[in-house]
Amino acid sequence: MEQLFSLLDSTIRVATPLVLAALAGMFSERSGVVDIGLEGKMLVAAFAAAAAAFVTHSPWLGLLAGIMASVSLAMVHAFVSVTYNGNQLISGMAINTIASGITPVLGLAWFQQGGNTPQLDDDSRFHDISLPLADALSNVPVIGHLYSKLLSGHSILVYLTVLIIPVVSWVVYRSRFGLRLRAVGENPHAADTAGVSVARVRYIALFWGGVLCGVAGTFLSVYQTGSFIKEMTAGKGFLALAALIFGKWRPLPAVLGCLLFAFADASQIRLEGVDLPIVGQIPSQAIQVIPYVLTVLLLAGFVGRAVAPKAIGVPFVKSR
Amino acid sequence: MTDFAIELNGICKRFGAVQANRDVSMNIAKGSIHGIIGENGAGKSTLMSILYGYYHADSGSIAVDGKTVRIRNSQEAIRLGIGMVHQHFMLVDNFTVLENIVLGAEGGLLLKDGMAKAREHLQALNRDYSLEVDPDAIVGELGVGLQQRVEILKALYRGADVLILDEPTAVLTPQEADHLFCILRALREQGKTVILITHKLREVMDITDAVSVMRAGTVVGNVRTADVDKEKLADLMVGRKVTLKVDKAERAPGAAVLDVRQLCLTDARGVKLLDGLNFQVRAGEIVGIAGVSGNGQSELLEVLAGMLEPTSGEIRYQGADLLQEKSSQPRAALYRKKGIAHVPEDRSREGLVKSFPMFENAILGYHDDKSVSKGGLFSRKMLLERSRDFIRQFDIRPDNAQLRVGLLSGGNQQKVVLAREIHANPELLLIGQPTRGVDIGAIEFIHKRLVELRDAGKAILLVSVELEEILALSDRILVMAGGQISGEVAARDADTISLGLLMGGHKH
Amino acid sequence: MPRWAQLTVLPALNLLAALLVTGFVTWMIGEDPWECLQLLVSGAFGSGEGIGYTLFYTTGFIFTGLAVATAFHAGLFNIGGEGQAYLAGLGVTLVVLAFDHTLPPIVLVPLCILAAMGFGAAWAFIPGWLQAKRGSHIVVTTIMFNFIAYSLMLYLIGHHLIEAGSQNPTTREFGQASWIPAIHQVAAGMGISLPSTPLNLTFVMALLACGLFYLLVWHSRWGFQLRTVGVNESAARYAGINVSKTIILAMCVSGALSGFAAINELLGSTHRMNVSFTNGVGFVGIAVALMGRNHPVGIILSALLFGGLTQGGLELSFEKPVITREMIIFIQGLIILFCGALENLFEPFIAGLFKRKEDK
Repeated sequence: MEQLFSLLDSTIRVATPLVLAALAGMFSERSGVVDIGLEGKMLVAAFAAAAAAFVTHSPWLGLLAGIMASVSLAMVHAFVSVTYNGNQLISGMAINTIASGITPVLGLAWFQQGGNTPQLDDDSRFHDISLPLADALSNVPVIGHLYSKLLSGHSILVYLTVLIIPVVSWVVYRSRFGLRLRAVGENPHAADTAGVSVARVRYIALFWGGVLCGVAGTFLSVYQTGSFIKEMTAGKGFLALAALIFGKWRPLPAVLGCLLFAFADASQIRLEGVDLPIVGQIPSQAIQVIPYVLTVLLLAGFVGRAVAPKAIGVPFVKSR
Repeated sequence: MTDFAIELNGICKRFGAVQANRDVSMNIAKGSIHGIIGENGAGKSTLMSILYGYYHADSGSIAVDGKTVRIRNSQEAIRLGIGMVHQHFMLVDNFTVLENIVLGAEGGLLLKDGMAKAREHLQALNRDYSLEVDPDAIVGELGVGLQQRVEILKALYRGADVLILDEPTAVLTPQEADHLFCILRALREQGKTVILITHKLREVMDITDAVSVMRAGTVVGNVRTADVDKEKLADLMVGRKVTLKVDKAERAPGAAVLDVRQLCLTDARGVKLLDGLNFQVRAGEIVGIAGVSGNGQSELLEVLAGMLEPTSGEIRYQGADLLQEKSSQPRAALYRKKGIAHVPEDRSREGLVKSFPMFENAILGYHDDKSVSKGGLFSRKMLLERSRDFIRQFDIRPDNAQLRVGLLSGGNQQKVVLAREIHANPELLLIGQPTRGVDIGAIEFIHKRLVELRDAGKAILLVSVELEEILALSDRILVMAGGQISGEVAARDADTISLGLLMGGHKH
Repeated sequence: MPRWAQLTVLPALNLLAALLVTGFVTWMIGEDPWECLQLLVSGAFGSGEGIGYTLFYTTGFIFTGLAVATAFHAGLFNIGGEGQAYLAGLGVTLVVLAFDHTLPPIVLVPLCILAAMGFGAAWAFIPGWLQAKRGSHIVVTTIMFNFIAYSLMLYLIGHHLIEAGSQNPTTREFGQASWIPAIHQVAAGMGISLPSTPLNLTFVMALLACGLFYLLVWHSRWGFQLRTVGVNESAARYAGINVSKTIILAMCVSGALSGFAAINELLGSTHRMNVSFTNGVGFVGIAVALMGRNHPVGIILSALLFGGLTQGGLELSFEKPVITREMIIFIQGLIILFCGALENLFEPFIAGLFKRKEDK
């Protein structure tokens, strides 16, 4: 029981930045703009947030800085993709590369710690918070346990993410913006003739994508590790992209994909060196590789079929 | 108050060298169905695009409900109560009908209220016009006819009083077309005005109250439908003195080179694009295929060139069925090697690679020939020589074989394609729209070369939407309509009226 | 605008824009950009040793640049060069570990090269096949394949290929029979004394590959088909070109070229494999191809630029500890942005200048 709780607990921790990044990617890609730059946006956000939190001693100002850094890269991507009609893939690639380069350069120059930021002190970090009555209920079997051990005791950013999920889903399916978002990614010409500004919708979508990546990056540095570490995103942006494809570009299934991938990741550490019946030891890499293999199979239509928004990657040029 | 919903006065529009609309005037009565009829390129679509705000007229004026207006974009047109049903539907396939209808007119930040209101409105419209559209159906899963009704609903939901339909029956089955006409009549009864752009005579006679006939950018007749008959309309639409004259001696054709039997092609949606075609093309004759574009001619050419796989039928070429040939190479390559040359309808998309220099375009499709490479590498000398030959023989300008082909004029581009295909010394030449976008001088030149080829005993299948061209070049004329051959005429007996009737879908 | 200007002025301006931004960042972190540039250039080209290292790095970049360019000519964006080089390294390692004590160099080295090409091509074949036959997007697939390659290698090195008794995840040292001779050794054989650097004969292969690439792409039937598919698929279909086959083959050639980067590194320099031997060489290839406009001459020049940046950057970081290898990655990103995503940003401006000149 204890073990299961601790496994689920770390699943939540691993999943949080993935969920945020996957939702960011969903905004962008549902509007018709490919976003392979999630990784880079998270990375600059993690750096900016840690740096700002260190200087200002406020995790919230760190969050703000993280969001601003991520949004500015998102706007570069928007300029290339929407205004300039450039190649969205190359732009995303550029963003990732720029992010891996600039963060350690500035980190080293500002903090002289090999490109990382100094460890944040307690006041400058996000902390685990206990939900009301968590202590009191911790002895109640099962339910109390579940509440105090699993649901309580996470960062405010985790709870924020839990709130964001239904909000995003609601925006996408029940709001005017969501309708236009989906239309623009599927058939921008139809949206255009119906009087919707394709460029505007795409800019807004990329902006919110930037905000969400900003939160994701902040989670990593200002909460999880308490400092920025070089390349700390370590492929999470691409994992989020994989989850997005796994969820067929829909918010809730994408979140589910993130949870699944996070669960695999969390169990991988626990399975290290453990002999399982029949299969014996499973190398951790075999589990790490699951999301990527799954994505490839999905895209190829071998396991279900993931069909991207139709207008994705194609610059919109008004016909007529 | 006025009796006219729309008044167009002296509309002119020019695109570069092409005068698409020249002094076009027409009045469209309120509560009527008004047909605009004409051949491809007569200027119908341009005129309606001006009315809907996509283009701006160079001169002339538009009045809606008696008030002179300026329509700067389609949003303004919508506000003035003008709705358009495009030939290519502007729908989001994975949306429901309702979502498609409210898109852009959601009526608030949240969808709930707007959708509920739209649902009510939609049900009323559904009832009034017997549209039978399920608001919760996914649009991509609907048939073409229903999708079209969604487009109509979209316009009506936005308060359209004037509805423009651009070739609405081009994609419909006869039954669907009949249903559409019922809807249009119902709209008229409710006081709406309908503008119907079409080339089909039957439709105009069946349903319109008045009709404007357009030809070469001008209006050649504004008449009440009751006052005319099909023959008169066909005459107005295509009738003119044949100004194209190609010197061409009578010649007895030889044996059949191409013998097409029961050729059928069905697309993924189950629509029959080619519907049981039977015809022959013999050595030393030019067979012209006339018809309004979109009636299966393009698909026929692509099937014969090996670019499309037919659903059933036989293509006998020099006695053997090509479809039975087994080969590891693509069919297009195989057919070409057997002596079938192809000048495609869309030369800039298919026939040429615009970013390549002329000397590379000179071998497109023939790049496998041993004559152009030595030891696996192209001989640039040979390529340049060949394109210089083309330049000389076809008078291509500028005479620079290194130039990117995209920089040449349309006529010179076409000469490059034609030179390449004729150079291969084919037994059968498939040629689509040989003179589209080509200047007068080059037209004559190209026509002369085609006749020379015929006189050399080659078989030529010519597809063109230009009746004049068909009449001037062909020995025999087949007319295609709705994927079928609606009639065959010997060139010397052909006249534009009978061809026009056949093109409009009237069988002999 | 004349074609020569398009091929020279625009890339130069794009590069300048990237360098200006770099200069700004350098200034921002408190260093003198001009001084840094001087140090960088002298580090890269100021000494025989510097030049040797620069050319060593250039070698790998030429191959990955050619690899990306091959795919680009077929209209494909192959981000998987890194993973393909990785797998090629595996092929080399397997051959070497099996045969380095039995086969003579004259047999072993070509066998290694074949293995590198084969493994690289195979790792690129799958995304190519999936794109051509199943319509999966090549970019996403190759990204995923990079990760899969990385995990695979971690596993293989960690569990099977690791040197017995070693703590580090590396293989044992390769037998000398597999070493590709360094240029300074070859030169010494001819009586010329050069400083000792890892620059090896793979560099000669890189130059040969450029020549071969030029002939193949612009003068052969295959190149003609490749470029036709890349710019106009309808025309390719019209011309009877087998589009799927062309796409798959393009990816295989691309992967095989990436494989040479592994040869340069493993047989030319480190003589053992570790988990990070590719060190981003596949990603640099993207910037190299974009900046070199997919032409071998451009690729040699931009690979030289990146080789110089890498070597000069290392030297620079001795003098200026605040400027590290990551600065080069930053520049690389800017070059991808300006030379790739925004490649014609300055075109209207320059075209305007030319137009005014013509008007006069």
